[in-house]
Amino acid sequence: MHISEGILSAPVLTGGAIFAVAATAAGLRKLSPEKIPQAGLLSAAFFVASLVHVPIGPVSVHMVLNGIVGLLLGWAAVPVIAVALLLQAVLFQFGGITSLGVNTIIMAAPAVLCHYIFKPFLSKNHTIVMAAAFACGAAAVFLSALIAAAALVLTGEAFREVSAALVGAHFFVMIIEGIITMFCVAFLKKVQPSMLNLG
Amino acid sequence: MISEIFAFGSSPVHLLDPRLRVIFAVLFSVVTAVSNLFPTVCLALLMAIVLAVLARLPFRPLLTRLFIVNGLILFIWLVLPWSYEGTPVFSMGPLVVSREGICLSALITIKSNAIVLAFIAMVATMPVAVLGQALDRLHIPQKLVHLLLITYRYIFVIESEYHQLLRAARIRCFTPKTDLHTYKTYAYLLGMLFVRAAARGERVHQAMICRGFNGKFLCLHNFAIKQGDLAWILAMTTGLIGLGMLEWARII
Repeated sequence: MHISEGILSAPVLTGGAIFAVAATAAGLRKLSPEKIPQAGLLSAAFFVASLVHVPIGPVSVHMVLNGIVGLLLGWAAVPVIAVALLLQAVLFQFGGITSLGVNTIIMAAPAVLCHYIFKPFLSKNHTIVMAAAFACGAAAVFLSALIAAAALVLTGEAFREVSAALVGAHFFVMIIEGIITMFCVAFLKKVQPSMLNLG
Repeated sequence: MISEIFAFGSSPVHLLDPRLRVIFAVLFSVVTAVSNLFPTVCLALLMAIVLAVLARLPFRPLLTRLFIVNGLILFIWLVLPWSYEGTPVFSMGPLVVSREGICLSALITIKSNAIVLAFIAMVATMPVAVLGQALDRLHIPQKLVHLLLITYRYIFVIESEYHQLLRAARIRCFTPKTDLHTYKTYAYLLGMLFVRAAARGERVHQAMICRGFNGKFLCLHNFAIKQGDLAWILAMTTGLIGLGMLEWARII
């Protein structure tokens, strides 16, 4: 999810950039140099995963997956998402330089938040894990849509309807993200629990 | 498939110093993004078109890119003119199209396309590896540059791994539909992608240590300002000052 160039106002862009720089710096501090290759590979995996389109009725939506990025990486999710967004801008021109800060916050803030909210539930029993994972995937997308809507409304009252439509349009994406995150976490718990730091 | 269609070429823009291209792309984007007057954004679009012509960008892929990028813009055109209150231009039942709404949508469209076009012409015309080295020279934190370069290095590998997994699923008669089985399959497939990526990350790190990696990325590429770069600095600075004058001194 990203806001194109040329839409947001200067104060919103500046605010987004300042928050993004601070959060990226905090994320980089948590990322030791030895962990960079691992984070880079995961970043590449998320980049590719975000290109995957899953069918929903007659159309298809692409994955956002910031919920599971947050679960796996915590604070390190911020630089990982920033880098993935920069690559998307350079390779596909989704987003761009001036909106990079706002877009990083849109994607990364829910990821970090969901990490703190839902991570503790992952060591509980199967039903709770599944429910928490579903909530994590859905909430991350919902929060992203909400931040994007807030950025639009802060730019101008004129965008009120546009941002309401934006949040509404993400309803089905939320559900699908929830389902995919749920099965994905269940899979990782069986195959590689160490990735979720559960030992 | 992921590809860098604009990255390689021998146009005047491709030959410019990558650091300068990054700096001016940022300056141009920022100035255009904060502009709110039609003369300014029109001049910005004109500058972007000149840059795109100078960079000899292939026409058809460029149009495809711009078309995709305008998706959200189209969304805005569908909602904004109807919802923005102002002088009515024409009405259709209860829906009224306002002049201000149309003006704002048009302004956003021109701004957005100017920035994206200039970005393609200046930044997408270098491979990401060169971009990473240029960012390193511009004193972007080294960890972030490493992360960018490693991510870039492996997106192609991971992408082919994804296609391999998808092919294996197809051979087992997997056809994507709107049902739980499809979502489960995709979730497991993505989960496998993450597991393999993490394992590969471990191996990559070990291999880097074996080759004496000490936390510093060495770069054999030397950037130097040439005569052509100076002329370009002059032209771009003049253009940016022109944009600033139009916007803030309101000379038109």
